[in-house]
Amino acid sequence: MSTSAEPAEAIGITESPHRDLAAQRVIPLRHPGRWIATAVVVVLAAQFVHGLATNPFYQWGRFGYWFARPVILRGLWVTLEVTALSAVLGLLGGVVLALARLSHNPVLRTVSWVYIWLFRSVPLIVVLLILFNFSALYRTLSLGVPFGPSFFRFDENKLATELVVATIGLSLNEAAYAAEVVRGGILSVGRGQREASAALGLPRWYQFRRIVLPQALRAIVPAYVNQLIGLIKGTSLVFYVSLLDLFGQVQTMSSTYPGDVVPLLLVATAWYVILTSLVSLAQYWIERRLRAGERG
Amino acid sequence: MSTLAAAVEVRGASKWFGAHKVLDEVDLTVCPGHVTVIIGPSGAGKSTLLRAINHLEKLDAGRVTVNGVLIGVREHGTRLKELSERAILAQRAEIGFVFQAFNLFPHLTVLENVAAAPVATGRATKTEARERALELLAQVGLAEKAEAYPGQLSGGQQQRVAIARALALRPGVVLFDEPTSALDPELVGEVLAAIRALAGGGTTLVIVTHEIGFAREAADRVVFMDAGRIVEEGPPGEVLDRPRHPRTREFLSKVL
Repeated sequence: MSTSAEPAEAIGITESPHRDLAAQRVIPLRHPGRWIATAVVVVLAAQFVHGLATNPFYQWGRFGYWFARPVILRGLWVTLEVTALSAVLGLLGGVVLALARLSHNPVLRTVSWVYIWLFRSVPLIVVLLILFNFSALYRTLSLGVPFGPSFFRFDENKLATELVVATIGLSLNEAAYAAEVVRGGILSVGRGQREASAALGLPRWYQFRRIVLPQALRAIVPAYVNQLIGLIKGTSLVFYVSLLDLFGQVQTMSSTYPGDVVPLLLVATAWYVILTSLVSLAQYWIERRLRAGERG
Repeated sequence: MSTLAAAVEVRGASKWFGAHKVLDEVDLTVCPGHVTVIIGPSGAGKSTLLRAINHLEKLDAGRVTVNGVLIGVREHGTRLKELSERAILAQRAEIGFVFQAFNLFPHLTVLENVAAAPVATGRATKTEARERALELLAQVGLAEKAEAYPGQLSGGQQQRVAIARALALRPGVVLFDEPTSALDPELVGEVLAAIRALAGGGTTLVIVTHEIGFAREAADRVVFMDAGRIVEEGPPGEVLDRPRHPRTREFLSKVL
């Protein structure tokens, strides 16, 4: 600094901005556009909230009436039941499918690939309706050697309650997506990790459980929660196989009380938002747990 | 030389990657307690040979023995049959391996990285493994980093942890695959010092490296490989200073 100051003094500039070059502050570029955009958005948001609160169309009184009605809570319980069962069964199926797709066995790999391809291609509603009509296609379902003796024999009509049909449909669909999530997570763990485990002679199961899985989970959890949120909302389709979940009860009540359609839909909206928010909260907590170690 | 039982013996090792023959009937004998440095241009098959010694790379023909034990295969009539994965994993306890990219487990602490294998393979209790791990970390100068995670360490520190981890099972042979190639230049010295500290301690070391200076001062034998073959080997004074083979001379003139 001092060397650059000398020639300036020699030139004879009396006031000395040059002497304080180090103290010259940089004024950041202003962004008036951002302020304008903010103002517009705030006004629009305020209008929307004001409308929500004052527009009689929403009938908030009726919303309050329906929100915790037993009939709605019964539907909510069904939604929770179907979601929980399908999430667990879907994840288990997904892990099996993912391991099959990553295996060295070409038959397992192909079967897994075809399964995932099929269930990702067919809309969930179609899967549900096909299952619902299954009893017409197959009178009995038997488990045993193909073309040989069967060990178990189910009568379709007795077996398939609506809850079972819905859970199977959602689980089959969920497993296909979960498989890709799990596979992606496992592949995200570098080859070097497996090589190091192998070079140390770590037993195979230990390698998977203590080295690969904890690292894979970090990629799996956010993606699977996303999947879970899709599942929660996907359960609203089970109404079409006669299962009265949250959405099903709302639909039924709407046809009985046509005047309450809007508040009933808002009740469904509120509950779905609450459920997905709880799941997001759980995600935040799990991810923090998974990362906890690394911050030391 | 041949009067001693070899720590590592490679006989007629061949390996193809597709149509390319990366190892071409390689023979190598490493004496117990010796430091053997393998040098040569990239693609010469140095790393493949090193990885074949602990069966990370499967040979198409030929055999490897470590302290007299056939690695990864058993004799089956006139041919060799690959062992089960479980048996191969058990054999690797005798052979430490240090990777170019360290490959520490990022979700485990430094201490857990070093103590994992002895516990997982049932060779030590948790307490024993911890004590041994702390000893080894002190030996590579990282005792105070025991509770840190690999991501919090410099590359040189991570590689020293990897060396401690490789020693945790008390292997008779430790293999190093370009242990300093992924490091910033100023960190190379600390890793080479940790390796040098092992030399002469009874452990057999086989090191693939581009550090010719290190080879000259630390190696008992230098092996020069090119195009899947061992072109020339001998004491560093011979191979590095008076190479007989023109290919060795050409390589050394480029790297020195």
